[in-house]
Amino acid sequence: MPHLLTRSLDRAAVSFVLVVAACGLLIPLSNLLLPTGSALQVPTYLVALWGKYVCYAILALSIDLIWGYCGILSLGHGAFFALGGYAMGMYLMRQIGARGVYGNPLLPDFMVFLNWPKLPWYWYGFDMFWFAALMVVLVPGLLAFCFGWLAFRSRVTGVYLSIITQAMTYALLLGFFRNDFGFGGNNGLTDFKDILGFNVQAEGTRAALFALSCLALILAFVICRAVVSSKLGKVLIAIRDAESRTRFLGYRVESYKLFVFTLSACMAGVAGALYVPQVGIINPSEFAPGNSIEAVIWVAVGGRGTLVGAALGAIVVNYAKTFFTSGALAPYWLFMLGAMFVLVTLLLPKGIVGTFNAWWEPFKTKRIEANAESAAREDGVSAPKLAE
Amino acid sequence: MIGEGGNAALSSSSCRGCPVSAIFLAPLRALILAIALIAVAVPAFAASFEESVAKFTTDDFSDTEEAIGEIAASGNPLAFPIISALQDERLMFDADTKKVYIKQSDGKAIDAATGAAVDAIPDSASAVNLNNRLRRAVDAALGGLTLLSPDLSTRLSAAQSVFKSHEETALPTVESALAKETNRSAKDALAEARAAILLFKSDASEADKLAAVGTIRARGDQDALALLNEISGGDQPASVTKAAKSAIASIQSSLAVWSGVQNAWYGLSLGSVLLLAAIGLAITFGVMGVINMAHGEMVMLGAYTTFVVQEVIRTRYPALFDYSLLIAVPLAFLVAGAIGVVIERTIIRFLYGRPLETLLATWGLSLILQQAVRTAFGPTNREVGNPSWMSGAFELGQITITYNRLWILCFTMAVFAILLAMLRYTALGLEMRAVTQNRRMAASMGIATSRVDALTFGLGSGIAGIAGVALSQIDNVSPNLGQSYIIDSFMVVVFGGVGNLWGTLVGAFTLGIANKFLEPVAGAVLGKIAILVLIILFIQKRPRGLFALKGRAVEA
Repeated sequence: MPHLLTRSLDRAAVSFVLVVAACGLLIPLSNLLLPTGSALQVPTYLVALWGKYVCYAILALSIDLIWGYCGILSLGHGAFFALGGYAMGMYLMRQIGARGVYGNPLLPDFMVFLNWPKLPWYWYGFDMFWFAALMVVLVPGLLAFCFGWLAFRSRVTGVYLSIITQAMTYALLLGFFRNDFGFGGNNGLTDFKDILGFNVQAEGTRAALFALSCLALILAFVICRAVVSSKLGKVLIAIRDAESRTRFLGYRVESYKLFVFTLSACMAGVAGALYVPQVGIINPSEFAPGNSIEAVIWVAVGGRGTLVGAALGAIVVNYAKTFFTSGALAPYWLFMLGAMFVLVTLLLPKGIVGTFNAWWEPFKTKRIEANAESAAREDGVSAPKLAE
Repeated sequence: MIGEGGNAALSSSSCRGCPVSAIFLAPLRALILAIALIAVAVPAFAASFEESVAKFTTDDFSDTEEAIGEIAASGNPLAFPIISALQDERLMFDADTKKVYIKQSDGKAIDAATGAAVDAIPDSASAVNLNNRLRRAVDAALGGLTLLSPDLSTRLSAAQSVFKSHEETALPTVESALAKETNRSAKDALAEARAAILLFKSDASEADKLAAVGTIRARGDQDALALLNEISGGDQPASVTKAAKSAIASIQSSLAVWSGVQNAWYGLSLGSVLLLAAIGLAITFGVMGVINMAHGEMVMLGAYTTFVVQEVIRTRYPALFDYSLLIAVPLAFLVAGAIGVVIERTIIRFLYGRPLETLLATWGLSLILQQAVRTAFGPTNREVGNPSWMSGAFELGQITITYNRLWILCFTMAVFAILLAMLRYTALGLEMRAVTQNRRMAASMGIATSRVDALTFGLGSGIAGIAGVALSQIDNVSPNLGQSYIIDSFMVVVFGGVGNLWGTLVGAFTLGIANKFLEPVAGAVLGKIAILVLIILFIQKRPRGLFALKGRAVEA
């Protein structure tokens, strides 16, 4: 295991983990310990906003894992994110208890409003955190497993797969909009009070959630790195680059794809679960196909197949979105976003990080050569030529 | 006084050419006649009408019922406003002065007995009370009053309301209307209304009732079914109950057939819309392997082209309005096609061989186009009118077919046929098919594949534009128009398979009809979800759709 870790975490990965860890510690601490109004204090609303970005970054990582390393472009990853969010939302709804508008200790408000006599069976168990936390991972994972099992086994690939993932999230969107589906219909789940006994609105809870999101981002990143730098990861890349050839070499392509697709869906579910208490609402619009496609562009902007880039892309694009849509430039945001899609695919196919890496590569090899040479000189052996 | 003058004028003009003495005497005679009329007929008539109206002031249900009957039979022009005011509880009475007022919708009031305007209704007045029995009497009276209306559609709907209420009091009116009626459909409707009344009339003869069941059976719709169900529970002669039972069974089976026909028609109509939206997508996807996410926006541009054409026609050449769609079709093709060619030349051609990136870039384009249209035309729905030949509907048996849906079906088939002919018989079509089957081989044979690509993309976009013209007739023209079709059209293409237009045709109509047959069973939303799930499962079995290309070119 330590071997796997050292191999998977190169210099860039370690610096990424350190930066995220530093943010995860410093931002909550500055928010809680420094006096309000101090220049260095991070206001609470910013903590919640950045917490949202961090959750998006986890979603972007999960997309990069399958798209960047296995060539599966899912246009329905928002569905897994939203399912995780709904699982967490159901837990939070049950925590409201008798404090709802109608004061029913068992039924959430919208069920009382719809005259439901009792809790539907699929809401059982969500009053326990461990159960909800399990569902956050299991439900998206199970859906992805079933979907992937059907799709990969019959070799649905490329744009066909993208389109049916889009159809999947669209079908879920339509379903969750219905009142009789039992998830609050159009309004979704909101008006949360407590999480594990702490008030969701409180500064301390928000700071803790932010720190937790950062921790989850680090964990997700390390898992992704471990996957892609293992032998499994090599096979995934081979599938991405030449699927038929990999199959002819004897690998069971569909099993590899299924594994990575399910893992990615579980990660997206966790991201959604962390997202919901921080924004305070989950509704069916999270299933909209447009959201999933937008998540893909975060990865494309940051650089697919780089992991760090995916997280970075999510944060940059969402920061830009907040910046533009809150100002006088709001009507132009969609132009910006659209242009981003076009320009990144045309001019920056490797994304920010990928382009930077390509530019940095010659310097890096030179440095490695120099290191090797100096090491060799110390050993008294001539350095092997890289060209050989 | 007006009546008197009018009479005089009439009789004098009718006597033009009479001897001088007659001319002199005629007005005098008319005057005497008129005075006699006023003295005899009008007071008697007015008295009875006023008396009837005054019955409302006793605030007694049976008096009110009598009043309704008398007023309905009076033939007085005020009868209709009084009864309809009664229905809406706008009829006020003042028990002290024995006056009845109609409160009109504009807040003014008139005296119900004379029709004279009143400044204000006294505070002591209150609305005439109704109970359920009276409400039925009011409905029947209103139905009876409009049965004799000169307007055909009013007569038809009046006959329909009598049919539903089957109030016995309406029978004389229905019979007199039936005797006078000349229009065939109105005559049928009246005969059915009469049959409905007879069925519920306790003293009607058995033969009459049997004939009535026959008439209602021939009508054969939901209302007839409801009526027959209503009587089969009541105390009727055994033969009538039996006839009603068999009529119910026959209506139910014919209704089941008709609802099947109706679903099939709705399905065809939906399928034609899907086909129209998907056909352009199928061409670009088939020939170039490119998923054009901005395809929906091409449809939207076509719809906005129609809007602009209609605006110009409305302001400059209103007479041409009926031709607006004929003008819009080629324009929409040109606008959307030109934009398609520009997109292909500037963006898509750099992304060949990278279908997933193309998908993202065209999604970005769709956002830009939507926002551009939103900026130019505003975010709200714009109104696109139906030309006269596209509005209205006709009945075919028990189903209603609207002209716009019918025209769109015809139009879609025409577009499909033209496209098919184009692919088969023109040089461009031949080249397109060659590139679809094997791009490299086609290039080796000297086909300029990049030119074919540009033209194909333009053609696909142009057809989307034409689809927009048709869809503007049945859908809201808003910047989001295209979004609502894009996923459905993808489903059609994926289901039907690529590289074969027939696949798209079969796919579109299958999905349309399946959707409409599932809707009554599962509801609109669940039906749609079921279709999506079925497609996802279907793709497992046939990953390349119904009509897949076979051979080595597929995996390339």
